[in-house]
Amino acid sequence: MASESTHAVLQPNVGTAEHGHHPAQMPTGIMRWVLTTNHKEIGSLYLLFSLLMLFVGGSMALVIRAELFQPGLQYVQPEFFNQMTTMHGLIMVFGAIMPAFVGLANWMIPMQIGAPDMALPRLNNFSFWLLPVAFGILLSTLLMEGGGPNFGWTFYAPLSTTYAPPSTSFFIMSIHLAGISSILGAINIIATILNLRTPGMRLMDMSLFVWTWLITAFLLIAVMPVLAGVVTMMLLDINFGTSFFDAAGGGDPVLFQHLFWFFGHPEVYIMILPAFGIVSLIVPTFARKRLFGYASMVYATASIALLSFVVWAHHMFTVGLPLTAELFFMYSTMLIAVPTGVKVFNWIATLFRGSISFEVPMLFALGFIVMFTIGGLSGVMLAIVPADFQYHDTYFVVAHFHYVLVPGALFAILAGAYYWMPKWTGHYADETLGRWHFWLSVIGVNLTFFPMHFSGLAGMPRRIPDYALQFADFNMISSIGGFLFGFSQLIFVWVLVKAIRGGEKAPAKAWEGAEGLEWTVPCPAPIHTFETPPKFVPEVDSPSRH
Amino acid sequence: MIRLTIAAFLGFALLPLIGNVHASSINTSSGWNMPMGVTDISQEVFHLHMTILWICIAIAVIVFGVMFWSLFKYRRTQGAKSAHFHENTFVEVMWTAIPMVILVVMAIPATATLKKMYDTSNADIDILVTGYQWRWRYEYLGEDVSFFSNLSTPREQIYGQEERGDFYLVEVDEPMVVPVGRKIRLLLTANDVIHSWWVPDLAVKKDAIPGFINESWTRIDEPGVYRGQCAELCGRDHGFMPIEVKAVSEEEYVAWLASKREAAITEAQGADREWALGELMERGEGTYNTYCAACHQPDGKGLPPIFPALAGTGISIDPSARQAHIDIVLYGKTGTPMPAFGTTLSPAELAAVITYERNAWGNNTADSVQPAEIRDLLGSQ
Repeated sequence: MASESTHAVLQPNVGTAEHGHHPAQMPTGIMRWVLTTNHKEIGSLYLLFSLLMLFVGGSMALVIRAELFQPGLQYVQPEFFNQMTTMHGLIMVFGAIMPAFVGLANWMIPMQIGAPDMALPRLNNFSFWLLPVAFGILLSTLLMEGGGPNFGWTFYAPLSTTYAPPSTSFFIMSIHLAGISSILGAINIIATILNLRTPGMRLMDMSLFVWTWLITAFLLIAVMPVLAGVVTMMLLDINFGTSFFDAAGGGDPVLFQHLFWFFGHPEVYIMILPAFGIVSLIVPTFARKRLFGYASMVYATASIALLSFVVWAHHMFTVGLPLTAELFFMYSTMLIAVPTGVKVFNWIATLFRGSISFEVPMLFALGFIVMFTIGGLSGVMLAIVPADFQYHDTYFVVAHFHYVLVPGALFAILAGAYYWMPKWTGHYADETLGRWHFWLSVIGVNLTFFPMHFSGLAGMPRRIPDYALQFADFNMISSIGGFLFGFSQLIFVWVLVKAIRGGEKAPAKAWEGAEGLEWTVPCPAPIHTFETPPKFVPEVDSPSRH
Repeated sequence: MIRLTIAAFLGFALLPLIGNVHASSINTSSGWNMPMGVTDISQEVFHLHMTILWICIAIAVIVFGVMFWSLFKYRRTQGAKSAHFHENTFVEVMWTAIPMVILVVMAIPATATLKKMYDTSNADIDILVTGYQWRWRYEYLGEDVSFFSNLSTPREQIYGQEERGDFYLVEVDEPMVVPVGRKIRLLLTANDVIHSWWVPDLAVKKDAIPGFINESWTRIDEPGVYRGQCAELCGRDHGFMPIEVKAVSEEEYVAWLASKREAAITEAQGADREWALGELMERGEGTYNTYCAACHQPDGKGLPPIFPALAGTGISIDPSARQAHIDIVLYGKTGTPMPAFGTTLSPAELAAVITYERNAWGNNTADSVQPAEIRDLLGSQ
């Protein structure tokens, strides 16, 4: 734990608005946000954009849950239902979860490594502003003749090529733009982490959030081009007469799935590794005890990332792979449980013999650990091929990936938001409202997704707008839970607005047990921080010190 | 608020118990869990699933037990002071090694079962299963029997104008009939997009992919009707292409095959005679509603731009485009979802449906197409 004397050493040379960069030339109004190259402002843009997308994608989820509230077709027709499931997935994955993590990275990575900004500030601006364009295009497809994408967020060919609506080329364009944004963002993060660490900070002295993001950024650079390639092949199939995925022209529909999931599985970890990083900061803070097994956390993250490249076909157990391939992907997938388990055990060992308090960030982090583990265990079940034949493409899978993404990734993002809100706004988040937000979210998320395990096991396929009467009860519960969860998120907006406007003022070190350079600068963090690098003494400041 | 959470959990745990008393089961599932099924393989899969489930529950109990105990015991409000340890090689090695052992224990029976599921050799009967948007077609290889299997739940039930039956959305007009006690090999493919043939009680789920022929197998010992659904998103009516497998005695199966062959002959003979316009229209309406209405809609207005309208527009009202109309129905249209029906429907059905499309919804071309004409067209190939 950093002592008071450490803080004297770490005293940063904090830039303030008065002597910041040429305030006279700084554009005002909307142009300030359009042209900003400041990592904090861009971070805020990313976070607010992802919050907006969370509500857009969430509204679509509520359309789905409303239609599934009872058997029969009541509110929407199957073609619109399919557009909702597709857009919900695409928006949540590419518009909400990923940009939220990039926003957190923008805000926190420079402050955690003692850098004045991201390494490539203009590129940073460009990566963000690609996103509103990408999602503007994507959402506009809903208004086009024939409707928007209706083939699931996994857009399997040939449903997404020969049989797709004409708007598909626009969908491909938006995926390209979002992909470029991700690649540029990842390059920027890697460049920042590798080049701009304050003198004395070695890689093994970085916070776990920085570490997990570094590894995530490499995953992004490795797989986003594969996604770009696969959508380009689709574009050629649709518009230029090629037959990559058209069996009638000698193409191979299964090739699409191999390429998609070679991107898609690492993508799953792109959405969870930074969450591990956030939780690995919050748990020690509120347990007032150093993270157990820092080094093994780093190695476990790297192992998960490497394994993510050799497990993709576990999404394809029913496509008719040869027996040996099924066995290989079963074993490799099961292996991922080991490093993931190490992480969970490390967090629990951190709690063990700590001095634990339950502020809102900690509540969300603990909720993450419990419910992510539930999602992880159902993941182990899904790895078992013979059983997967029964689980595959059912609500059991829907339950599994929502457990790892909603009370997993999303809860970690919310935990991070509550944790760093004092640093962003200067004020603590309202504790009472935060608790309501947490508990209503926990109830809502479990009411929504836990019954899906049952409906899936009993035989309900996913992506259907209507179902056999046997599944009626569980669907009704899921729908009630879905609405509860969705509306509970409005509390967060309330909390955020409240914290921006006022509230209990936070000192530089907003949490008693917090460690790291970001807690040496005032709350709210001034627009420019660490214009000269802070001193960093590994023996005192490193999370891996002995 | 913790109490509220517990109450909510109990609430949703109990609700289905009450509800499920009324709803009839569409498979051998308790409504909560994977169905045990009716084949050796399905039972093996069920037990494998239960074994892994219990292992996972045990892990969850231990992990969450330690976690919640720590959260309770080391509360700051109770004056807990934090310890200073932050690593322990022995513990870390153990919690890496023990999960490895557990995984190996899981992998051994999984591998054994998977090998059995992959052994499609020495089958008694081969059935070619083809997925279409949005129906299944079964062809009994070497038996000269093939037919489409369509959802038989009426639209009125889907839209709530009629009370829903016990097998709402999981009932078909023509089930796949198989004899009990025989090894049946399924050869799966698709005509348009990817589908997936899934019957939970048989523990068979295999994708039907255009350009590929996948294999799977089953042997059913108990006579009965086993229901399933398409499991791969295949477009608009993905939720409306169920599967029904009817397992019967050997004698019944043989009799059923004979009756199917006879029906096919009668159907083909329909092309030997002249049909009146009214007769064609009546037959055509039924055929249209089964095979065409999902895309072109019962009112012929289609869902443009993907599924064009037939009512009051295009070749179906153009007197000079009669032959073009016949061609597109018989041979399909490449690059679009329109399939070729020439090889799968009978001349009578084809003639009737084309006649219907040229005269229904105010199209009134007064054109009629005779089954014999279609037969001659197809025969001249």
